Amino acid sequence: MATTELEILNGLGKIINEITGIPASEVTPEKSFVDHLDIDSLSMVEIAVAAQDEFGVEIPDDQLKHLKTVKDVINFIQN
Amino acid sequence: MSTDRVRVVVTGLGATTPLGGDVASTWSGLVAGRSGVRPLNQEWIDVLPVGFAAPAAVDPTEVLPRPEARRLDRAEQFALVAAREAWRDAGSPEVDADRLGVVVGSGIGGITTVLSAYDTFKEKGWQRLSPFTIPMLMPNGAAGWVGLEVGAKAGVHSTVSACATGAESIGYALEMIRSGRADIVVAGGTEAAIHPLNLASFAAMRALSTRNDEPERASRPFDKNRDGFVLGEGSGIIVLESLEHARARGARIYAEALGVGYSADAHHIAQPEPEGRGIVLAMERALANAEIAPSEVLHINAHATSTPAGDVMEAVAIKSAIGDHPVVTATKSMTGHLLGGAGGVESVATILSLVNRLVPPTTNLDDPDDGVEIDVVRGEARALPEGEIAAINNSFGFGGHNVAVVFKTFHS
Repeated sequence: MATTELEILNGLGKIINEITGIPASEVTPEKSFVDHLDIDSLSMVEIAVAAQDEFGVEIPDDQLKHLKTVKDVINFIQN
Repeated sequence: MSTDRVRVVVTGLGATTPLGGDVASTWSGLVAGRSGVRPLNQEWIDVLPVGFAAPAAVDPTEVLPRPEARRLDRAEQFALVAAREAWRDAGSPEVDADRLGVVVGSGIGGITTVLSAYDTFKEKGWQRLSPFTIPMLMPNGAAGWVGLEVGAKAGVHSTVSACATGAESIGYALEMIRSGRADIVVAGGTEAAIHPLNLASFAAMRALSTRNDEPERASRPFDKNRDGFVLGEGSGIIVLESLEHARARGARIYAEALGVGYSADAHHIAQPEPEGRGIVLAMERALANAEIAPSEVLHINAHATSTPAGDVMEAVAIKSAIGDHPVVTATKSMTGHLLGGAGGVESVATILSLVNRLVPPTTNLDDPDDGVEIDVVRGEARALPEGEIAAINNSFGFGGHNVAVVFKTFHS
């Protein structure tokens, strides 16, 4: 099932808000998780697990460390 | 009194208890003799001999932001709520982080996290565990979070001594300031252990009341018909500060933290030593540490949990170590037993009794047991006299730990 970039972005926004409290509106494609959103590595693990449940795409640990921005995650899920 | 010793005062109070989500509501509940004990309605109570407890009046997840709550065990949540109140109450002071400490402990730690995480692990696999599982279950987790909250760098510690934990934390904090390691320390205890396994395990010890037909009457310290304690939950945290530091910043001072006494029974892992010698020793050492005479102690907030074994022994020990003149109360009759949180909450109560010159009643004390030859407040709250007076908070724990903390009225 194809999921649009916007749908993934909105889903990620909800997940990130739930886990970190960052407003979903601040979760935009160009944002870096570490530099812009100040999300630590433990929270990234939580976000990755929640994203797997939401989008049905497994994000292995060795891939997760390469996903630096919101756009990286969107691309990973889409592909 | 030696003149060179650092004097320590209390400048902030925080609590979240079965009687209320803050200090004010907890105190008014205590003074009114209100019970925080309620029947439990979870599906699992059918398999237990005990169907009631004293849950926190305000669920911490209603107070804390959701992203914060999900990373904290319930015991840590209580501690953070109480510590924030205490810190605000102290004026949220700007202090030198290197001179700021934290001592917060819990009797059992993140027990509900352990149990639910194990279920998650078995049912869904390790990948589904929260990456915060370890910081949620470690017994020093609450101290760690409170330390982060206030930015403490002098030292963040957790004393663990079962039901004496909260009082021992306050004693340790007092010593941190006296020894020159810190100017200001956030200290107390927390517990969140209302879970079927804990209720079952305490029931297996025959330690819990099974008065299922009258839960509000179940916690009855010193009463002849007591049959065990009632499990409570919550946290009590205070801010201790050197008098010099408190004066320099113009802080409001509740009371002086005058001394602490410790002892150990060396008798049995869970049963109190039958002569109460350890308890006497803790109170005597507390008086010596506070450099006061027994006659100056006009109030005692007793440990008195409503178990058959402990209460009379404490009454006898109080009479022996202090005398029969102090006005004694057992606030667990209303809050239930908060285990590691008890010493924190009861220190808050002891301090407010000095400030307000009012001792909350011991509820459900219809018929004092043989050997209770001390002045326990029944019925209505009782006034304390004017003038400089001291009070003791007793806390004892499985393992044979005995702690007595002395507070005194403060006049600037």
